[in-house]
Amino acid sequence: MRNKLLLIFIFCFFFKPGISYSLVEIDITRGNLDPLPISVSPFFADETSIKKIKKNLNIDNLGLEISKVIENNLRKTGLFDTLDKESFLQRPDIAHLKPRFEDWALIKSQVLITGKVTSKIINEKDYIRIEFKLWDVLGAKMVDGFSLTTVPTNWRRVGHKISDKVYERLTGESGYFDTRIIYVAEEGPKTQRVKKLAIMDQDGFNTKYLTLGNELVLTPRFNPTNQMVTYLSYFRNMPRVYLLNIETGKQEVVGDFPGMTFAPRFSPDGKKIIMSLAKDGNSEIWVRNLETNIQEKLTDHPSIDTSPSYSPDGKYITFNSDRSGYQQIYVMRSDGSKVKRISFGKGIYGTPVWSPRGDLIAFTKLHKGKFFIGVMRTDGSGERLLTENFYQEAPSWSPNGRIIIFYRETKTDDKGQGFSAKLWSIDLTGYNERLVNTQTDASDPSWSSLLD
Amino acid sequence: MNLNKILKNAFLIVIFGLIISACATKKSVKTTTEPSTSSTTTTKADETQKADPIEKLDALMQGDVYVGSDTVGELASGVPDRVFFATNETILTTASRETLRKQAAWLRQNANVTVVVEGHADERGTREYNLALGERRANAAKDYLMTYGVSSDRIKVLSYGKERPVDSGSNPLSWSKNRRSVTIKAN
Repeated sequence: MRNKLLLIFIFCFFFKPGISYSLVEIDITRGNLDPLPISVSPFFADETSIKKIKKNLNIDNLGLEISKVIENNLRKTGLFDTLDKESFLQRPDIAHLKPRFEDWALIKSQVLITGKVTSKIINEKDYIRIEFKLWDVLGAKMVDGFSLTTVPTNWRRVGHKISDKVYERLTGESGYFDTRIIYVAEEGPKTQRVKKLAIMDQDGFNTKYLTLGNELVLTPRFNPTNQMVTYLSYFRNMPRVYLLNIETGKQEVVGDFPGMTFAPRFSPDGKKIIMSLAKDGNSEIWVRNLETNIQEKLTDHPSIDTSPSYSPDGKYITFNSDRSGYQQIYVMRSDGSKVKRISFGKGIYGTPVWSPRGDLIAFTKLHKGKFFIGVMRTDGSGERLLTENFYQEAPSWSPNGRIIIFYRETKTDDKGQGFSAKLWSIDLTGYNERLVNTQTDASDPSWSSLLD
Repeated sequence: MNLNKILKNAFLIVIFGLIISACATKKSVKTTTEPSTSSTTTTKADETQKADPIEKLDALMQGDVYVGSDTVGELASGVPDRVFFATNETILTTASRETLRKQAAWLRQNANVTVVVEGHADERGTREYNLALGERRANAAKDYLMTYGVSSDRIKVLSYGKERPVDSGSNPLSWSKNRRSVTIKAN
């Protein structure tokens, strides 16, 4: 990506967290209980910086915009109640220096975030330095903070990095805000959809289209470093697995077998792509080593074997197969041995995706005409259905394994009108279901890992 | 303010809330899953006064295989271009085999023609599985054409899964029209 964060400078933690007991803590393993009241003060900038930033980015009040990015991220977790800026009693610059904690306690804020934006010139180039502090209002002390310097256009990413820090500090879990989502943008009538690869920030901003829509594209998935994407393209009416470098735009076929290749995913080390090959009416799972270009067949069964996904340690693969008569979920060693069925509930199971923590597999289930997104343990026990709808599928995990993103299609009316496809997210708890904003209709989301 | 006290109280509230929410979760999951019985059977049973459209539907579908002529085009004059499948099935029905024999006969007479057999699925399945299912359906048709004397190098298969429905409806009849393989002239 072009704007790969030029974190040239100092990731300077000027405050050492010290012994890590903080007074405010959130347990995110539960549903939405009382969200924690939090105030995000507009970040302060001096007059010179304001002018400089206006010139660089054409944004009048960047400090306010950054605080909104953070606020929006935190609010959407369902864990925080972001308080109205109108109610703030203290000026941003003074609050950042030393908050008057009584003022913030008065509006029932338990946590306060303050910050400062300064423009800088390094080697005759413009940069911005963004500093933030996290305050415990009840404990009347600062609990965390950092500053970093970057090119001005990266300002939203800094907001996401601050959000990640706050989330991490208050929940004890790693964040997921400085991430991107790759998906398929859709337009046009249901019978003639035009599909393009699109990438955006996790919060729906900075959308870029990576293909033009001339050919059908499906199921894009990131590699671990988020610079490569593997997907299915119908280029020249030959459905094949492709590899796309999203920094250079270079594309190549990786699944050039006689037959159709589809359902690709990277191995956790990014060195292999696992996919299905359909030939003569039979789909098997293959793996291709990207360094040696050696490809190897892993399943050998006359049924449909597809939708493979690696465990995070790379030792196992989960996939779906209809070898029992209907689609069910299986797990095997990554060399193809020891195939074992794990789904035994009522209904049809598909699209298994191993969680980044390794303990769960997310899936799509079809039962009695409804589609569910659910999770089960890797031995198939503990099945839990998170959401039910007319049609939804293709779960993808947030990098911290706390949220699942998927797509949902609507039922059309008597005249076949009213079709739409949208991205949705839901917490692992089964709470906090949310529409994910996209510029167009969207499907097949894949969540990146945390960016560098 | 005594912080410990506040935290203790908060803790109790949290525990209490957790108990309540835990109960609530179980209930909500159950109520949402159980009553969702097949919508087609209930409409048939309930709407006796509207027998007409249902009879029509029965005439258009056998089991859940489409037997009507809407959407059916021609590979050549008098030779239908497509055959239909039951849900999740790749088996060719008697009617499908008859259609494919006509296609084979025409292809034998027109030896320079090559074809693409497209395989399609309805929207009631996961995308990747449907790609595989479409490929299986197209191959079922291809194999039958080969049995009737069309050489394999004249037939390409191409699966679209659920990507190219002909009918945009979200009902059993629309889905039955979309579960198909279509033989298209490639040259």
